[in-house]
Amino acid sequence: MTLFHNITINHYLILGSVLFAMGAFGILFRRNAIIMLMCIELMLNAVNITLVAFSKMWNQTDAQVFVFFIMVVAAAEVAVGLAILMMLYRNHHTTDTTVLNKLKF
Amino acid sequence: MLSEYIFWFLSFVAVFSAAGMIFSKNPVYSVLSLIVTFFAVAGHYFLLGAQFLAAVHIIVYAGAIMVLFLYVIMMLNLNKLDEEKRSLISKAMSVAAGGILMLVIVAAVRRTDELNLVQAAGYTGDIGVTKNLGIVLYREFLLPFELASVLFLGAMVGSVYLSKKELTQ
Repeated sequence: MTLFHNITINHYLILGSVLFAMGAFGILFRRNAIIMLMCIELMLNAVNITLVAFSKMWNQTDAQVFVFFIMVVAAAEVAVGLAILMMLYRNHHTTDTTVLNKLKF
Repeated sequence: MLSEYIFWFLSFVAVFSAAGMIFSKNPVYSVLSLIVTFFAVAGHYFLLGAQFLAAVHIIVYAGAIMVLFLYVIMMLNLNKLDEEKRSLISKAMSVAAGGILMLVIVAAVRRTDELNLVQAAGYTGDIGVTKNLGIVLYREFLLPFELASVLFLGAMVGSVYLSKKELTQ
């Protein structure tokens, strides 16, 4: 593909690592459970970008199937996570994870 | 040339709206920023020739998952968060940890060779279309595909069970 003569695989890897690090930073920075779940979604997407870039690089379909399964797992994870969040809100009337300090050392 | 500009545009949109998701106080704005990020990621998929994944990404993420988030925010009525006052040290530590993580990964990637995006000899560019992906998915990955349905059933039962009223204290 002559269209991509200046965009290398490293561009996509750096984009993926920046998005992944931003997701990890968001989980550490915010204490709201909803935002933390969204940061997990962002990290999964960062991994997906690198997988699709590698799929184009080697002309293999397998990585795109992996991305498909990652989306499946992300959907299931969000459904259960938001149900847990509803329970948390019903029992504690907040989504702030700092109130849940029973396991804190 | 044009796809290069599109790459940079989509990357900046993705990174800045991800930052908006992290730093906005209102969770509704966070969800909307994350939807913008997902559309940028879908544009990247399209640019990489994965048309099916781009469509599925928009349908699943922007259409289902983020609507679920908005629904929960609506039901909990969280339009303003009362974020607990955390100490400056705790925030500074999280900034340092995230920054160091990004530094390590980006430095590791920078040390690798700058390889072209297309390495395979017989590049066809149609591996991302629905037909070819479906053939691989239903032939080689049939067992994981069926296991995914079991996973969905488990997630469905689990979320219904967790949101029952009798579980409250």
